[in-house]
Amino acid sequence: MLITCPYCGPRDVIEFTYQGDGNRQRPQPASQNLDAWNAYVYDRLNPAGDHNEIWQHSGGCRAHLRVVRNTLTHEISSTAFARGDHNSVARHRAEDKP
Amino acid sequence: MSPRRTEAGGRIDRLRTIRFTFDGAPYTGHAGDTLASALLANGVTLFGRSFKYHRPRGLLTASVEEPNALVTVLRGEVREPNIPATMVEIYDGLAAISQNRFPSLAWDISAVNQLGGKLLSAGFYYKTFMGPVIGPLKGTRFWMFCEHFIRRAAGLGKAGTAPDTARYERMNAFCDVLVVGSGPAGLMAARAAADQGARVILAELEPHFGGSANWSGETIDGMPAADWAARAAGQLEGRDNVRLLPRTTVWGYYDGNTLAALERVTDHKETPGKGESRHRYWTIRAKSVVLATGSLERPLVFPGNDRPGVMLAHAAERYAIEYGVLPGDRIGLFTNNDSAYRAALALKKAGAVVVAIIDVRPELSSEMRKLAGETEAEILSGHAVIATEGGKALSGFKVQRFDMVNGALSGDARSIHADCLLMSGGWSPTIHLASQAGAKAEWNEALQAFLPPKPTTQQWIGAGAFTGSFSTAEAIAEGRAAGLSAAGATATPAALPAVEAAPGDPDPAPVFEIKAEGKSFVDFQHDVTADDVRLAHREGFVSVEHLKRYTTLGMATDQGKSSNIPGLAIMAEALGKPIPQVGTTRFRPPFSAVSIGSLAAERFGDLKPERLTPMHDWHVANGATMYSAGLWYRPMIYGHPGETIEQAYVREARGTRESAGIVDVSTLGKIAVQGPDAAEFLDRLYTNMFSTLAVGKARYGLMLREDGLAFDDGTTWRLGQQDFLMTTTTANAGKVMQHLEYFLDVIWPALKVHVTSVTDQWAGAAIGGPKARQILAACVSGTAVDNAALPFMGIVHGEIAGVPVMICRLSFSGEMAFEVYSGAGYGTHVWEALIEAGKPFGLVTYGLEALGTMRIEKGHVTGAEIDGRTTARDLHLDWMLSKKKPFIGSAMMDREGLIAPDRLELVGIVSLDNQPLNGGAHIVEELDEANPHGSLGHITACCYSPALGKYIALALVKGGKARRGTRAYVSDPLRNRFGPVEIVSNHFFDPDGSRMHG
Ligand SMILES: [Zn+2]
Repeated sequence: MLITCPYCGPRDVIEFTYQGDGNRQRPQPASQNLDAWNAYVYDRLNPAGDHNEIWQHSGGCRAHLRVVRNTLTHEISSTAFARGDHNSVARHRAEDKP
Repeated sequence: MSPRRTEAGGRIDRLRTIRFTFDGAPYTGHAGDTLASALLANGVTLFGRSFKYHRPRGLLTASVEEPNALVTVLRGEVREPNIPATMVEIYDGLAAISQNRFPSLAWDISAVNQLGGKLLSAGFYYKTFMGPVIGPLKGTRFWMFCEHFIRRAAGLGKAGTAPDTARYERMNAFCDVLVVGSGPAGLMAARAAADQGARVILAELEPHFGGSANWSGETIDGMPAADWAARAAGQLEGRDNVRLLPRTTVWGYYDGNTLAALERVTDHKETPGKGESRHRYWTIRAKSVVLATGSLERPLVFPGNDRPGVMLAHAAERYAIEYGVLPGDRIGLFTNNDSAYRAALALKKAGAVVVAIIDVRPELSSEMRKLAGETEAEILSGHAVIATEGGKALSGFKVQRFDMVNGALSGDARSIHADCLLMSGGWSPTIHLASQAGAKAEWNEALQAFLPPKPTTQQWIGAGAFTGSFSTAEAIAEGRAAGLSAAGATATPAALPAVEAAPGDPDPAPVFEIKAEGKSFVDFQHDVTADDVRLAHREGFVSVEHLKRYTTLGMATDQGKSSNIPGLAIMAEALGKPIPQVGTTRFRPPFSAVSIGSLAAERFGDLKPERLTPMHDWHVANGATMYSAGLWYRPMIYGHPGETIEQAYVREARGTRESAGIVDVSTLGKIAVQGPDAAEFLDRLYTNMFSTLAVGKARYGLMLREDGLAFDDGTTWRLGQQDFLMTTTTANAGKVMQHLEYFLDVIWPALKVHVTSVTDQWAGAAIGGPKARQILAACVSGTAVDNAALPFMGIVHGEIAGVPVMICRLSFSGEMAFEVYSGAGYGTHVWEALIEAGKPFGLVTYGLEALGTMRIEKGHVTGAEIDGRTTARDLHLDWMLSKKKPFIGSAMMDREGLIAPDRLELVGIVSLDNQPLNGGAHIVEELDEANPHGSLGHITACCYSPALGKYIALALVKGGKARRGTRAYVSDPLRNRFGPVEIVSNHFFDPDGSRMHG
């Protein structure tokens, strides 16, 4: 399986670490809504198909990526920095290239 | 002249004689021979004994699918078992032995298993070794009792015990087009793709490129097909964009068009070149793959079809044409299809007598009648072979009239004298890689075969016999088209090489089995008969998956390459269903056996990286016993001669509390947390406040996980307004770093903070004890270290022996203590200066044991207590839980279960019988040595405390706080340690901290 890191390019999956379900919504830090916290900490989707995931390029640039992976075929339909502002940086870099 | 070598022909080099041994007997062959062809040329027909019945077995095939002729190859002390003799290229000095026979191949004691055939039928192991339900051998114990005897009787070759001294290596390759298989289809595909400028890899599992062209006897472009193939391969060889990999089996097809291949680099060489690897494991990432893997001929299932001398028709053809070896003088052919006629004719032309052609079909085409006529054989259409004759070698076979519509035999049986019987049950495309790639095979009724499916997610294109196009002309056309398409070009019409080939209809008659008296083998390697398959059906195994497991059909080292389809056909008939409804199993990697050495390549021995602190060599040189803690090596004790471990750490801890001690703390995780929002970030991470921390001060911090359980602790130092140095426990350094990065990237991307792991950049020494400050004062310049300049948790910068250092006054030992950090490269220099300065003050070096002892005396927690199940309250760290701000874990930490009164809480334990305590021992209210029960909790850490003069421990005990001052027992049945203890506060020593505050 190859994951295309927006910064480093296509790399083998062994360079990455799975960091969990990308659909999780963390409640506001001060939220006392235990149900929301419980859902965030424990509830996970288990789709047969496209899944939003967080992967860290732990053996590379260490950025966290939002990856859409098909759990049936391992096809990866998109990758982007989890940190949104990094994506524009990567785009600028890509545009800088001759 | 060898007895079965033809006068001329074949690809072998008749001028070069190769000497080798088989079962100790010397033989000769020619360069280009396989062990199979060379032995066959020498008249050897008996190659091995079968798995279960120890039946004599000869060659069934000529290539990788060989189920019978497995040998063990010896190289010095190293033995490699279960190698098909068909895949061993001979070299001078080759030593091979047969397998699964005792005492010898020709006379095998266990062959009596044949007489008790019923005993060893399908499911024999399951049925027999369930064992009696009571008694000393009940259940699986009976299996264990019998296993020794069975393993000796049934099985394959024996693995060696000598270390494998060969080198193995791994390679990564990238290409536009990977072509698997180099028959006419593969060669055409490679050429077409290469002509488009694509980077091409062509992999062939045999030593020579060409596939069927090497033995088809056909003509391509007006020249013998083998010459055409050699020329085509030669033309590819010179091209920059083509890599040719002979002796390379592509054995796995994985996600993202990643394929695994095994190249046998030196197995065929007498002496490997200097530094040459024996096997090379290729990981090939291909944009597109052309699968031109050909097809496998199927045996027919009839009684005695396993007798040496019975072989697949194309294999005999191959031995004759490619190796110049006649597998017999008087040859019979038994077939359900046209393709085998060409084989019979080839053997006739090579000098054999073809005695009879037995075809299950009542009518032959005029073309086949003509071919058969050329062989001068007796033609018996509408007949079948119902038995074979002979002992360890074929002497003849019996035929009878056969009705292929209902399988009925009729008329008188008749014996035909022959020493070789060719059989052909049609062809199965070699769809293994396509199946691995995720697609489901499709049954083709006309070809009576599973054809490769359409590719789903993987990028591959099929060509040639692999797609069910069995003729060479089709293979050439499909190969070219596939090569162009794989290279991203559109196919254009072009003149293709002309093929002259024997005629024939590719569709076989739908006959897989001749039902007659005797053992008819389906899976030759696992000795599974047609009756076994039917028995499994009668016993209720109706799915093909269950059938395989129960009968072990297709589960041998050949993975059922020749047995899967006949087995399925027999199962389908028993079920009364058509074959596609019974279904086929999906192929899994590897396609054929892969050496473990190639998978490991250079990764063997101790694979753990070693992390050494900057002062490591000093510790070793000064008598430290090193202890591996995770990846780190740390001093356990600095033992004096004659000291036990306990004596050493007691001396070290006592010395520290009496004067001063020094310990290497470089392994602590260290993370630079920097940026305008660093303080805010730390407030969110830690349970306590860090934004209020003054520059030049440190604070002890606790982190929780999102679920509210304790995660890690350590001190964090504020070096500047926006500059913090966080320390973590040694074990959690990586996890904490990841935790920080995750929150910055995913949860709080707006925070302007950068985190950098600086664990390896700093060397750290902790020096503590009543005289620690005096020692520092003696060697530190550039700063005062008195109470005013360096109060508790204060930080100063100075120099030791000319090296800049950062000193923080904090304590883990409970003594007045200082952590001295310097650049890692100066670690030993600073350490030695501290040791030197400490000499007049009686400074001792101490290791992990004394460190642990002093922390237990102080009741500090480490990973043994922060074990992923404890909360801050359990560890009496609730004073650190800020109420002024939310932090990670704050919302979840007060859940009902996490504040329950009967939770395990941290306590101190004192041994009342003055005997040592053990980690993991249980604490109980009432002692019951015979029936230990009622655990209140367990000991997490223990030591002899020199400060208290007692054996003490930390423990997690139910409702522990309320039990302080009460008596309990330690119950440790594993180590037979039972005795009275007192539960006390975890703060054993100097609970008000007067020593460290000084
Ligand atoms: Zn990256």
